[in-house]
Amino acid sequence: MSGRYLVGRLGQSLLILLGISFVTYVLVYLVPADPVRQIAGRSATPATVEAIRAQLGLDLPLWHQYLRYLSNLLQGDLGRSYLQKTEVTTLILARLPATLELMAGAITVELLLGLPLGVYAATKRGRAADRAVMVGAFTVVSAPQFVVGILLLYVFAVRLAWFPIGGYGTLPHLVLPALTLGLLGAGWYARVARSAMIDVLRQDYVTTARAKGASPARVLLVHALRNAALPVVAMIGLDVGLFMSGAVVVESVFGWPGIGQLAWQAIQRLDIPIIVGVTLVAAVGIVIGNLVADLIAPLIDPRIKLRA
Amino acid sequence: MAKGRTGRLLRDPLILLAFVTIALLLAAAVLAPLVAPFDPDEQFFDGLTLEGAPLPPGERFWLGTDLLGRDLLSRLIFGARTSLVIGIVANGAAVAIGTLLGVVAGFAGGWTGTVIMRFTDLMMAFPALLLAIALAAIFSPSLWIVALVIALVNWVQVARVTYTETRGLKEREFVEAGRALGAGPLRILLTHVLPHLLPTVLVWATLGIATTVLLEATLSFLGVGVRPPTPSWGNIIFENQTYFATAPWLVFIPGSAILLTALAFNLLGDALRDALDPTQRGRT
Repeated sequence: MSGRYLVGRLGQSLLILLGISFVTYVLVYLVPADPVRQIAGRSATPATVEAIRAQLGLDLPLWHQYLRYLSNLLQGDLGRSYLQKTEVTTLILARLPATLELMAGAITVELLLGLPLGVYAATKRGRAADRAVMVGAFTVVSAPQFVVGILLLYVFAVRLAWFPIGGYGTLPHLVLPALTLGLLGAGWYARVARSAMIDVLRQDYVTTARAKGASPARVLLVHALRNAALPVVAMIGLDVGLFMSGAVVVESVFGWPGIGQLAWQAIQRLDIPIIVGVTLVAAVGIVIGNLVADLIAPLIDPRIKLRA
Repeated sequence: MAKGRTGRLLRDPLILLAFVTIALLLAAAVLAPLVAPFDPDEQFFDGLTLEGAPLPPGERFWLGTDLLGRDLLSRLIFGARTSLVIGIVANGAAVAIGTLLGVVAGFAGGWTGTVIMRFTDLMMAFPALLLAIALAAIFSPSLWIVALVIALVNWVQVARVTYTETRGLKEREFVEAGRALGAGPLRILLTHVLPHLLPTVLVWATLGIATTVLLEATLSFLGVGVRPPTPSWGNIIFENQTYFATAPWLVFIPGSAILLTALAFNLLGDALRDALDPTQRGRT
């Protein structure tokens, strides 16, 4: 891996992050409702309102506010929540572990469901089983996540009472939210794994292995699966974006105390620093995920060359 | 040739089913006032039980009633209008913006291309739903604002695909031949590049409707999309979700409508891709 490529790629990621911080800041600056009024309350005198505005720095020009925000950002300071009077960084850090746990669960679901089903479909190519898996994959990618979540809640928590209805803390709490978040990706992975497997099964080394008398199971698991799994594993980093959007929905359905729920609550109260903070953290996650996916792909699969 | 492929498309029972679903949806949306059994906003006195609970699917109200005693079937039929208007307007705008930016970036190249594509990368890095939620919360949502927000979020994919295709087309012999014959850039763009982009744009426009319908439903479900009383499949679920344990039809019937619509457009888009791009056949 050339150092030049690495530096270029890192620089590109940093530029994107800078752009994101600016776009988000401009966006929330457009909010027609005045946050100062919300903090001060209805009965505040004009003098109090102005004092709070000055204290928050909201009387400065936009570019000045943004530069101030950016310099704080570089010191890990995302500002203070207008309403909760707490550092945004503190709020996000407190809730990040729950979201990361949810994502880890979702990745497990994606791999455990998507990979085997895709491989199975590839071995039954063109037959009814293949068709069924593919229609199933299409169905889960077409299903709104909030309906999937409520359906799982209804069947497994309300009717069967196998899992708790909501909340956080133990493994049983994690199962339904992780399933909801991971199903969508499992649908994509099944398609990618199937298509990769069909390619691999055509390769000469698979034919050779068969000709040398390897059992079908050995050919599949030792020779083919290893290579077909590569494109799927390389995709995990790209899932962060999918998860960040999904987290808002899944966390609101299941009452999961992560940053998705935090963002959701902040949007309803127009708590701008939190909205900007979560969007920024999510974007950092996406940029890092993409970077990792780009950098590890050639390590997992030497046939992929890094773009110079 | 192309006709033969379309014919083959229709012979696939699944694709045929997708077509029928889409046709029914269109008919329901266009003919809503004629086919809906009731006024979607009317709160029926006999639409609630004596205890004030919504009615399950039955003889008078085929799909039951909602928390306010309104007919669910009529709200669903009028909700199809919302979904379809957003699906066509928002997705149409997204495809137009994406194609325009992608073609300009790919055809002009140089600085213009770099700036446009770096901006596209930037937008790619945004969590789409968070961005849409923030936008929808900033501008108090109406049907058109929601459509606009979705268009602003969804053009990115189209821009990337059309950019790559335009770059490829620019190097092809027929474009070079056109140039050698003295055709100007605009003529080359209109007669040689755009017609070849059409299949790709068509595929993405079809798949995009599925994405758009899902995004609208999600925004409405989160309460920042189409506002009640205008019925939308997402806000019907939003209004009734807390009662999902006692009145599950109020969540799962509109949920199925969203799923079937997105599924139909996804299947159709995928089949179109296979039909229009033979190199991809059987791979996905």
